[in-house]
Amino acid sequence: MRKKRKLKSEAGALTRRDFLKGAGVTVSGGLLATGAVTTAQAAAQEGVVGPGPVPITLRINGRVHRLSLEPRITLLDALRDHLNITGSKKVCDRATCGACTMLMDKKPVYACTVLAIEAEGHDITTIESLTENGRLSPVMEAFWKNDAQQCGFCTPGFVMACTAFLEKNPNPTLEQIEKGLGGNLCRCGTYAGIRRAVLEAAKAMKGGQANG
Amino acid sequence: MQAFEYASPRSLQEAIRLLPAQWGPTDVLAGGTDLVSAMKDGISTPQRLVNIKQIAELHRMTFSPRAGLHIGATVTLRELLDDGAVQQHYPGLIQAAEAARSEQLLNMGTVGGELLQRPRCWYYRNGYGLLALRDGKSLVPEGENQYHAILGNAGPAYFVSPSFLAPILIALGATVQLHGPRGARSLPVQKLFVTPTRVGQREHDLAPNEILTEIRVPYRPGVRTAVYEIREKEALDWPLAMAAVALRQEGGVLRDPRVVLGQVAPVPWPSPEAERTLTGKKPSEDLADAAGRAAVAQATPLSKNGYKVQLARIAVKRAILSAVQQGG
Amino acid sequence: MASCKYDWPAAGQRDAIGKSTDRIDGPAKVSGRAKYTYDINRPGMLFGKMLTCPHAHAKIKSIDVSPALKHPGVKAALVIQDVGSEIQWAGDEIAAVAAVDEATAEDAVRLIRVEYDVLPHLVREENLSKDGDRAKPAGEQKVGDPDKAFADPEAVISEGFYGIPVITHCCLETHGNVVEWRGADSILTHSSTQNVSGIPSQLGAALRAKKINVQDSNIETICQYIGGGFGSKFSIDRWGVVAAELSKQAGGKPVKLMLDRDEDLEVAGARPSYFGHVKVAASKDGTLTAWSSETWGTGGPGPSGVPPVPYILTNIPNIYKKHTSVSTNIGPARAWRAPNHPQACLMTLAALDDLAAKLAMDAMEFLQKNIHLAPSYLVNTYQQELSKAAELSEWSKYWHPRGDKTPGHLKRGLGVSLHTWGGRGHAGSCNVIVRPDGSVTVQSGTQDLGTGTRTVIAVVAASTFGLPVDAIQVEIGDSRYPFDGASGGSTTVGAASAWTRRGSVDALNELFAAVAPSLGVQANQLEARDGRIQVQGNPSKSLSWKDACAKLGAKTIHTVGKNPGPCNLGSVGVGGVQVADVTVDTETGKVKINRLVAVQDCGLIIDKLTAESQVYGGLIMGVCYSLFEEKVMDQTIGRMLNANMEFYKLAGIGDIGGELIVHMMTGPGYDERGVIGLGEPPVISPGAAISNAVANAIGVRVSQLPLTPRRVLAALAKGGIA
Repeated sequence: MRKKRKLKSEAGALTRRDFLKGAGVTVSGGLLATGAVTTAQAAAQEGVVGPGPVPITLRINGRVHRLSLEPRITLLDALRDHLNITGSKKVCDRATCGACTMLMDKKPVYACTVLAIEAEGHDITTIESLTENGRLSPVMEAFWKNDAQQCGFCTPGFVMACTAFLEKNPNPTLEQIEKGLGGNLCRCGTYAGIRRAVLEAAKAMKGGQANG
Repeated sequence: MQAFEYASPRSLQEAIRLLPAQWGPTDVLAGGTDLVSAMKDGISTPQRLVNIKQIAELHRMTFSPRAGLHIGATVTLRELLDDGAVQQHYPGLIQAAEAARSEQLLNMGTVGGELLQRPRCWYYRNGYGLLALRDGKSLVPEGENQYHAILGNAGPAYFVSPSFLAPILIALGATVQLHGPRGARSLPVQKLFVTPTRVGQREHDLAPNEILTEIRVPYRPGVRTAVYEIREKEALDWPLAMAAVALRQEGGVLRDPRVVLGQVAPVPWPSPEAERTLTGKKPSEDLADAAGRAAVAQATPLSKNGYKVQLARIAVKRAILSAVQQGG
Repeated sequence: MASCKYDWPAAGQRDAIGKSTDRIDGPAKVSGRAKYTYDINRPGMLFGKMLTCPHAHAKIKSIDVSPALKHPGVKAALVIQDVGSEIQWAGDEIAAVAAVDEATAEDAVRLIRVEYDVLPHLVREENLSKDGDRAKPAGEQKVGDPDKAFADPEAVISEGFYGIPVITHCCLETHGNVVEWRGADSILTHSSTQNVSGIPSQLGAALRAKKINVQDSNIETICQYIGGGFGSKFSIDRWGVVAAELSKQAGGKPVKLMLDRDEDLEVAGARPSYFGHVKVAASKDGTLTAWSSETWGTGGPGPSGVPPVPYILTNIPNIYKKHTSVSTNIGPARAWRAPNHPQACLMTLAALDDLAAKLAMDAMEFLQKNIHLAPSYLVNTYQQELSKAAELSEWSKYWHPRGDKTPGHLKRGLGVSLHTWGGRGHAGSCNVIVRPDGSVTVQSGTQDLGTGTRTVIAVVAASTFGLPVDAIQVEIGDSRYPFDGASGGSTTVGAASAWTRRGSVDALNELFAAVAPSLGVQANQLEARDGRIQVQGNPSKSLSWKDACAKLGAKTIHTVGKNPGPCNLGSVGVGGVQVADVTVDTETGKVKINRLVAVQDCGLIIDKLTAESQVYGGLIMGVCYSLFEEKVMDQTIGRMLNANMEFYKLAGIGDIGGELIVHMMTGPGYDERGVIGLGEPPVISPGAAISNAVANAIGVRVSQLPLTPRRVLAALAKGGIA
């Protein structure tokens, strides 16, 4: 990369260091859930924000996080670098491999190409939320028991994609699995285990529903 | 990624006011999968990004037999796929959108963004511009052109139009609505795509301060459609060749056939040759094969992409057969 | 009765050994809790970024990092390669910065100014006649009298050209480290490495060479989880040293420096290419008589490696071979899972398959007929494996002479290949600690690449102590633990199982000694079973594990297990056979996998689940490089065009086709060899098996991998059944 361009403003940059000192404020979900228009949205109605840091409020796994980020910071980097939520991985960083998969309003997205500022007002769900009570989710359990993992770096993304996929396709065929999970890549070659895991998780989730 | 200012207007007029009259300093953000990636690669270096996803009027989809299907630019591919009217009346569109083969892309990608995404040409993506120039000379003819154009490739543009949706939309006679400071205009989808002939020219007939707002697809009962694409991978990948077909059968013969190829030329590539071959004929495998051959008769492959001629021919043949075999 | 005290238990007494045990770190991985190097966020951490060279070959004329250093938020900047340095590949590291966040670091890198004198480059080597003086002889060998053998008028001779391009490792976690100084003379690194114990001395030596004084003993390396290595992550690498220097310049603050994806694909690992003309001869009955090959390949600026041909059938009586190494300006080669073997395997097994076709022989029969030319210790294994593979693939039902004559454009074919690998456990060690409360810990400075090291350690210790697997606490991935070798060449499971076994047996004997008086017997009359320490043959005289350990009083048992060591716990040299069953669409050239069969020997299996996963993984990785993978270089610009995961294509879940059948050779004849590594072997054969299956389907050889529509259609245009 050879191009360079001066930023309009460097003032007020919230740095990683600030975050680690605790500048990233976290409050519980209930308090701000009905907080109507968030800060960046309010600013946007009047015009333009950035390129320096902008107050951004993210609702992640039911908790509200207030951050100050440049508009160029992706949702993935905001979570990984500024909130230390690292289950979602950075792999291709170009909307190809699915390792960064999060759910946005319950739909899987590539967080590497979602800007954090665009994610305001949406419900973000990450892999961390699926074990908040310490127990593995049915999809995780099935991945574990079918050894649908080796190095494990693609696994959280696959688990998220599968979780959303099974919500939509509770009785998947193998062909649906292959199409539905075509947006995730594994390097170690765990697809055989993943195929088994998805079928087993589907069964387990139905069992769970039937039992109330 | 370089820093930029950001706006997320609620109205179309506001959005248009935020766009300057020249390319470069501002980009319109919709799904973001292509644009944000291009920004990370330093291919796009906007100083301002205008997010149009909060403009409600761009996110509507309506259908009526009289008006046809109106798809707001920021309707996602997933929303398109899940729409009952689309499923019922536009199976070809469903086939084309499904080709994305990634649930994440379907959820993020918008119909407007799909049409306006930039080419995947790896010289372009590595910073050599749309025309892949180095010292004024295109890198493509003597380079790694296995994924480049086989039609409309007299130069200087050799990239292929990447849109999955454009071929079927063209086959269906769809138009796009564009809004700019001086109001709205409408274009047939085919006219949205242009082959650049000089540095700085884009591959879309779209002014820097215009926004693609809507895609309108006529309702044509009795028209059978099909899309066939060939690619290396089954998972998320780019087709090597794609064909979209729309036709009617009357009294045992084909009427009003439209055949449009994708991924083979700098623009979606309608084939009047294939259409002439089909018109008024009784469908058969031989006829479909003849149409496929006609579609690529003018192909001028480069040093490493001769195989795409065969793939385009087969895609046309199989799309025709698939369309013919459908009911309705 | 075991003849040596550490010997593996006899069949029937192995507890968890050989059964399927779920990965003990599985829950951490599936839940996203596992912390990889890329996930490490340390207090006050800075982000490192590097400026890399855009030219494939150039000399640095001038360089100025001072504008970057002045940029707000930048805490350190340094020149990696100074004026006058000759750069040998695009993407090589030139300068680096560390800043408060990643975006600021990127901005700062853009401010660095470098001028280059651009020099001529070569980045494509497949046409040897154009490689000029970049091509250097790399070995020539003659056995017997090949000229005479080929001149034999009775000989059936097949000639062909075969090739396999440079591919990359594409580990999902890019290479990198988080490095920090703890005071003036101590360093902590979190490193994405296959070589936890080896990193401190590498980093120490590199820093001392730069007059930065630090002792190896004051460097600690941690890697709890690694997102793929495949042979590319043995070294601290220049960027790891750079991170340490940046950290020092920034007052010791932690610096995270992970490669970007494009950097990783461009510079952090290339598997050498291999091209060649091969001529093979057999007598009319199919007995191989002669081999001749003239091959070449590139491994970047350094030597290409010399794949061992003829592969497996090394005892062909007449052999001529010549290899040429082409020096190119691409990122340097690194060991790629089973270095040299996939290339040798394709070159040999494809050539032999073509010869079998010329002889009108069934490929499976042809291999059986000539398998006596394999190293003698593997002949029996291969014979059994070929039969098993034939059975599992329904070879006799689906194989046909070359060229599927079924009408239509879909042609089905079968292909077979075989492979070998060493896999002896490397040198290494562990602590085994048994505490009075009954807790058991095994510690080692080893690593788990996803191969199941942790689980293997737990299974061996648990089975030795008669405890459930989850009773064992396994602590690895930290260089403060006892030294273990790097995880390369399938050497880790052999080592870890052996040192765990030795340390555990010793610890158990110490426990027996402590417990024996209270049970009124000699220590050597005790055994550990089902969570109890009991008198052999008399379970009524026993203590629970917990009560037994309580007898230790204030003492903690601490033994050290080592490998190599007494008793024969492992061996070397496995054989495997694979069959591919494919359908080729002759109109589109697209290859679809119907079924892959892998029959594999690895001696005594510790964890069946993770062992089978290695084989599945090998097959699937094999599909990737057989059908999709290629590092595409442009000769004009000298750069990799597909340094992204969109065009550097890995198979997705829909690309592996139908059934994958894995059969492990176990039981008598296999188990008694002890443990042998399994990481490399299953990835060797897929290229040849799939290529042979495609040839069987379409009646013509597609000479080069990957078998893309472009190459398949080109081959069909030259012949075949279509």
